[in-house]
Amino acid sequence: MKVLLGIGGSEDSLDALSKTAERAREAGDDLTVAIVENPESDRTPDEIEDAVERVLDEYDIDASVRHVSGDPGSQLVTIAESEDFDQIALGGGERSPMGKLRLGHIAEFVLLNAHVSVTLVR
Amino acid sequence: MTVDDYPDTASGPFPSPPSSFTDGDDRDIEVRAFDGDTDALVEMYVDFSQEDRAQGVPPVGEDRVRSWLDTLTGEGHNVVAWHDDRAVGHATLVPDGSGGYELAIFVHQDYQGAGIGTRLLRNLLGHGADQGVERVWLTVERWNRAAVALYEKVGFETVDTESFELEMAIRV
Repeated sequence: MKVLLGIGGSEDSLDALSKTAERAREAGDDLTVAIVENPESDRTPDEIEDAVERVLDEYDIDASVRHVSGDPGSQLVTIAESEDFDQIALGGGERSPMGKLRLGHIAEFVLLNAHVSVTLVR
Repeated sequence: MTVDDYPDTASGPFPSPPSSFTDGDDRDIEVRAFDGDTDALVEMYVDFSQEDRAQGVPPVGEDRVRSWLDTLTGEGHNVVAWHDDRAVGHATLVPDGSGGYELAIFVHQDYQGAGIGTRLLRNLLGHGADQGVERVWLTVERWNRAAVALYEKVGFETVDTESFELEMAIRV
């Protein structure tokens, strides 16, 4: 399966990276990692890329990594559809101080707009 | 995760617990600040209706409930509604690390629609103000009109409508 993982540097997106990489190795998925600009995250694109490379090494999988500028949600949807991806994978949300689960804005947009399957990783 | 926008003016004053009243179903209810009786809250949450869960809380199962309550009662300010010795409602303020507090309120399904939520909320804000809390926010699923109406009634204003959940805030 051709999987597009969107990662913007939030904690849940880093968690999604590890789990998606692990899954890709088990299932033999063709994984592409898109590093997006998430205004809700403090990590720079370079820091995210370092984390991505570390995880890909750890799971010993060969994925293509690219930087995506512009609005993250719409870019992910466009890439997935124009390049025939089967699935978009994203972080599944973070916990508020009192434990409520909240989806990020990117995940909300992608869920409502993607014509391909969307996996929210928890 | 925090909220940037708060109303300019303060709401209130709000009553401080304890306070007693007769609810809409003629039951005598008392609202008191949390006094360490975690077991009574666990009992309420273990029996809590699954349909009334919101955004993943309360968690399911006694162990998860206990660990969640440890966070709320360890870090936050809490008030409990009692019917005799049974906990039937709970409201909490949890610090968000930026000077504000996140609010949540839960009323057991057998006690909803009787005015307990409004009392609990007002007493929580009064209790919070007594403890130095000034800024309070919450999120609520936008289709939960009953909850939104309750929050508006005590003075919350909607500050962000861009997500699946509404963000509301109040200054006390």
